[in-house]
Amino acid sequence: MTDETKPTVGDDLPEPVVRHRRVNASLIWLVPVIAALVGLSLVINAWVQRGPVITISFQTAEGLEPGKTVVKYKDVVIGKVTTIHLAPDHHKVIVKVDLEKSVTNIAVSDTRFWVVRPRIGLGGVSGIDTLLSGSFIGVDVGDSTQPQTDFIGLENPPSVTHDSQGKSFTLHAGDLGSLDIGSPVYFRRLQVGRVASYRLNDDGKGVSVQIFVENPYDKFVTTDSRFWNASGVDVSLGADGLKLNTQSLATVLAGGVAFLDGPGPHPNTSAAAENASFTLFDTQTLAMAPPDGEPHYIRMRFDQPLRGLTVNAPVEFQGVNIGNVVSIRMDYDEKTGNFPIYVGAVVYPDRLGRAHEKLVALAKSKGDNDDLSHMMGALVEHGLRAQAKVGNLLTGQLFISLDFLKNAPKAAYDPNTRPLEIPTAPGNFDKLQEQLADIVDKIQKIPFDSIGNNLNSTLAELNKTLKQVNGQVLPEFQNTLKGANQTLGTANSALSADSPLQQNLSGTLEELQRMARSLRALTDYLGAHPSALIRGRGADTPPPKTDSSNAPPAAKPQPGSKP
Amino acid sequence: MSALPRAHELGLIGCHICGLVCRDTQVEHAACPRCGAALHRRKPASCSRTWALLVAAFLLYIPANVLPIMRTVSLGDVDDNTILSGVVELWVKGSPDLAVIVFTASIVVPMMKFLVLSTLLLSVHRGTNWARTQRAKLYRLVEFIGYWSMLDVFVVSLLTALVQFGFFSQVEPLPGVVYFGLTVVLTMLASMSFDPRLIWDCKDEDD
Repeated sequence: MTDETKPTVGDDLPEPVVRHRRVNASLIWLVPVIAALVGLSLVINAWVQRGPVITISFQTAEGLEPGKTVVKYKDVVIGKVTTIHLAPDHHKVIVKVDLEKSVTNIAVSDTRFWVVRPRIGLGGVSGIDTLLSGSFIGVDVGDSTQPQTDFIGLENPPSVTHDSQGKSFTLHAGDLGSLDIGSPVYFRRLQVGRVASYRLNDDGKGVSVQIFVENPYDKFVTTDSRFWNASGVDVSLGADGLKLNTQSLATVLAGGVAFLDGPGPHPNTSAAAENASFTLFDTQTLAMAPPDGEPHYIRMRFDQPLRGLTVNAPVEFQGVNIGNVVSIRMDYDEKTGNFPIYVGAVVYPDRLGRAHEKLVALAKSKGDNDDLSHMMGALVEHGLRAQAKVGNLLTGQLFISLDFLKNAPKAAYDPNTRPLEIPTAPGNFDKLQEQLADIVDKIQKIPFDSIGNNLNSTLAELNKTLKQVNGQVLPEFQNTLKGANQTLGTANSALSADSPLQQNLSGTLEELQRMARSLRALTDYLGAHPSALIRGRGADTPPPKTDSSNAPPAAKPQPGSKP
Repeated sequence: MSALPRAHELGLIGCHICGLVCRDTQVEHAACPRCGAALHRRKPASCSRTWALLVAAFLLYIPANVLPIMRTVSLGDVDDNTILSGVVELWVKGSPDLAVIVFTASIVVPMMKFLVLSTLLLSVHRGTNWARTQRAKLYRLVEFIGYWSMLDVFVVSLLTALVQFGFFSQVEPLPGVVYFGLTVVLTMLASMSFDPRLIWDCKDEDD
């Protein structure tokens, strides 16, 4: 073949046959058209799918990443963070979020956004899953229909979302205690709600706490319900022993609110209305106490130091707690140069119960003002005085006692001064202290120094005397004793049975005995023969003894000498 | 007549399949009388085909770059990456060599193809005989590197197949990689449909 073609180029070569092509070459342009269509469809799709773009401002962009962090509602992704930048004033971060088209209607004015991060608090642990998956933005879709594109993000997850069923109530408290957003609300130790929010009152004199009670339980909040702060442990030492009372371990640490209907029958109670207001008491005891009524401010001036009196110390009237001390201020009296202490207290006359009612009725009947001032006036006239008394001897804590003092000095009382000033009297303890001080003064006046000196010299003298006694008197005394000893020995030998004295005495006694015998014979004879005194002895009497004949003449002169 | 004649100057046409040399009768749809394959001096409508494919490839190259090509899920951390963000991430995370490779294969090579083919097509349209040898070399280069620009597609498909550890680590392909693959295929088709003989079809001046 090559041999053939080489020499004869273009002569006897075969001619190509004609064959119609099946496809037109220009159909290749379909490829870019299709590509363009695909691209266009992508663009249109993206444009159609594009939902509203909203901006949310947060305090920090911690955990947020543009292009990655998603916005979730009920754990469904409904948007994505596209950009994060600082606000012009550098105080906040502005997060731009592309929401999906299908959720356009969630961007309304009361929708709330917050960042779901892992949170570990006293009340529990939340958002643990975000530890690994990264934070996301949570949404609470609002009910409003007014669209909005700029939102202020919450720093903490809201404890109450729009879709939860129940009622909100407002509690008024003096302070927040240890409550926080999300703190539990207990009813009979069952958690039935949460603290939704709190804010300081506009005048700064209290806190309003918004709580949310969930649906099946909200009917238990009645117009008679009493709320108290269940934080911490309530320890009471009574006659029946030590009592420790708390709602739950969590409330001990994280705080909580509990409520219960007030004691007694409630014929007219009804479920409380939404956003009803209640007072938040500090303890259950306070909450369950009968209502205090209107508080009254009174002031007392004390001229003695009040060490141990503290704010919140009780004010008692005849032993009934009617209020407490709210302020203790020192003043200076230019005239006397004293430093009087002004104690302010809030008292609740309603705590006196029927006594108060009667006093009010009495004041009214007299035509006086029925508030505290005139009532007090009458009581002050009867000797009512405020005293700072010792409530606890161990700690020396004082309380204010309003008591009637007998023979109290007359005190000035003006019912029209505001604040109402109650005259005071020094307390018992103060008197005791004064007396003690007097005694101590007297004791201090005793000249212990000179007494000591005198005693000292006396002792020295005594010492000297004793030395003298030791050196001179004692040897003498010893000699004397020796002499006495000898004398006693002599006496002893003189008195012994074989001593001549004893024998002489014995002979003498025998003689005396004989003499007595003969005397008796004589008296017998004289009795029988009284004449013998004159005539002498008769011859007829035989002479029994020669001795006795001699004796009568000797004895004759004796009786004769007597007369 | 120049020293080195061309086939069409001699009125000849060769079959690409069986090598039969025929007379060039200038008919529209010629076919080889022996094997029946289409006979043409140059690839028919080479320029328009190449243009069409090139334009289509370029159109698809836009979503290929804009859309993410791969989703990496690691310990719940979802990460969608486009080609460029992947390159940036590789560079930032300490693999600049890999970043350069991926950048070359996914950005430089396709862009080079677009540029080279457009240049070739434009120069053929103008019929210039400027730097013909270099242009021919350029064309061969484009043909050669065409195979390698599928790198990204391979990476994504390999990772998708290998990294499937559920919660801990998972790789999923995203639509971008489809557009990228289509772009690469279309550029290869475009370079195939270009007839490099067109480079030499102008008047010889120097040789």
